[in-house]
Amino acid sequence: MIPAEFNYEVADSVDHALSLLAGYGPEAKLLAGGHSLIPMMKLRFARPSALVDIGRIAALSYVEQDDGHIRIGAGTRHHDVHHSPLIEAGCPLLSFTAGLIGDPQVRHKGTIGGSVAHGDPASDLPTVLLALDAEFVLTGSGGATRVVPASDFFKGFFETAIGPEEILTEIRVPKLGASSGWSYLKFSRRAQDWAIVGVAAIVERSNGGIGSARVALTNMGATPLRASSVEQALAGAERDAIPAAAAMAPEGTSPTSDTNAGANYRRHLADVLVGRAVEEALGGP
Amino acid sequence: MGTRRVSLRVNGVPQEAEVEPRTLLVYFLREGLGLTGTKVGCDTSSCGSCTVLMDGESVKSCTLLAVQADGREVTTIEGVAEGGELHPLQRAFQENHGLQCGFCTPGMVMAALGYLQKNPTPSEESVRLALEGNLCRCTGYTNIVRSILAAAPAMNGHAAAEAGVPGG
Ligand SMILES: Cc1cc2nc3c(=O)[nH]c(=O)nc-3n(C[C@H](O)[C@H](O)[C@H](O)COP(=O)(O)OP(=O)(O)OC[C@H]3O[C@@H](n4cnc5c(N)ncnc54)[C@H](O)[C@@H]3O)c2cc1C
Ligand code: FES
Ligand code: FES
Repeated sequence: MIPAEFNYEVADSVDHALSLLAGYGPEAKLLAGGHSLIPMMKLRFARPSALVDIGRIAALSYVEQDDGHIRIGAGTRHHDVHHSPLIEAGCPLLSFTAGLIGDPQVRHKGTIGGSVAHGDPASDLPTVLLALDAEFVLTGSGGATRVVPASDFFKGFFETAIGPEEILTEIRVPKLGASSGWSYLKFSRRAQDWAIVGVAAIVERSNGGIGSARVALTNMGATPLRASSVEQALAGAERDAIPAAAAMAPEGTSPTSDTNAGANYRRHLADVLVGRAVEEALGGP
Repeated sequence: MGTRRVSLRVNGVPQEAEVEPRTLLVYFLREGLGLTGTKVGCDTSSCGSCTVLMDGESVKSCTLLAVQADGREVTTIEGVAEGGELHPLQRAFQENHGLQCGFCTPGMVMAALGYLQKNPTPSEESVRLALEGNLCRCTGYTNIVRSILAAAPAMNGHAAAEAGVPGG
């Protein structure tokens, strides 16, 4: 399968990429690792008139930290997120999950920014970043930036808050503290597969019980979703409250039925996996 | 639209060519350079039979544009043997029956080579995880994993010999 014809431009900076995008108009697309876009172009689900390659902008690939945050350049590959000592120390949930994406070859090319910008509800990192209350830095013409919290970022199926002439440049993740436990459970049938359902859980432990919990779901609707009813039921609760809270996981979701699973089975999986993920995040007996 | 000039090294040899931007790396290698050792299995990024190394890292060449390889160093299965001598990893596949029909083998060898070069003393589990992106319809993987585990010490000796380390 060969993509339809397109113009190809290499951007050497974010500014350059923005001016190329503006020049080619709304039919142009950014190319990062290409591991979502190229398969779609081969199937001709996507037919951009031009690709602006941001994959060579070295300044978009970095991991840094300040007091409370890890800051990750949008062009950082899954492989590098997975192996970053800074992320491992400050936010192990994120480095762990990056290692579950696809396979080594995919992780050598795919980027965190591409995964977030693509807006596929079956992707793993968007769910984890939603649970972590991450923020996304968008850069527009003239270098103007705006910061969008994850809760306002995912708008619909393959739809995000990124404007047509904006580039996602940085992902900011609040560090997890010593009292935070975490889990990401990805249910799939075969190695390399996408999640049929995935669950991210972060638990602030307090006196052996749950102080508060953040829970987010992969592939349970058009976007990654926070399981707010579960979070409310777990706030200040003891371990034995977990099963009843997990049973609320399907509330407010709208999973699809496809060849991998029916909607009812996905709701069942959400219940079971939320229970397991919260247990794992809480840790202990 | 038109074409773009790319220059890259393939198996150590500098190559320059005019390509359409939509040319996939795997077709550039197979049809442009005649390096047909790299296979197209699924053509949908799943099977890994098109795996090559780009700057030493395994990638699926059916999911990369040739223009993305501009300026890079690409290694295909044709570049693994040296001076007509099988590489220790290739020899290990032969000795351990790591292949049956052989279609997945170039991709398996390239994925394993990229992995072993960074992880010289792997466990069986880590080898299995390293092959997550490569499918084999024949062997059931057991002998592939055995081959790769057998190759690791032989490769370490090979690398040591190349670096002139005595007794390596
Ligand atoms: C075989 C296979 C298995 C996979 N398995 C998984 C999996 O298990 N879990 C998972 O989560 N993902 C999986 N993926 C997807 C993978 O994570 C992709 O790498 C990722 O979704 C897209 O990143 P990319 O850098 O390749 O983006 P690209 O494909 O280059 O771009 C994707 C989209 O985002 C836009 N874009 C890219 N970067 C930016 C930016 N900085 N600013 C604005 N827009 C941008 C592009 O224009 C395009 O529309 C898999 C992919 C493959 C091929
Ligand atoms: S042909 Fe490239 S992954 Fe199957
Ligand atoms: S040996 Fe036949 S596909 Fe692997």
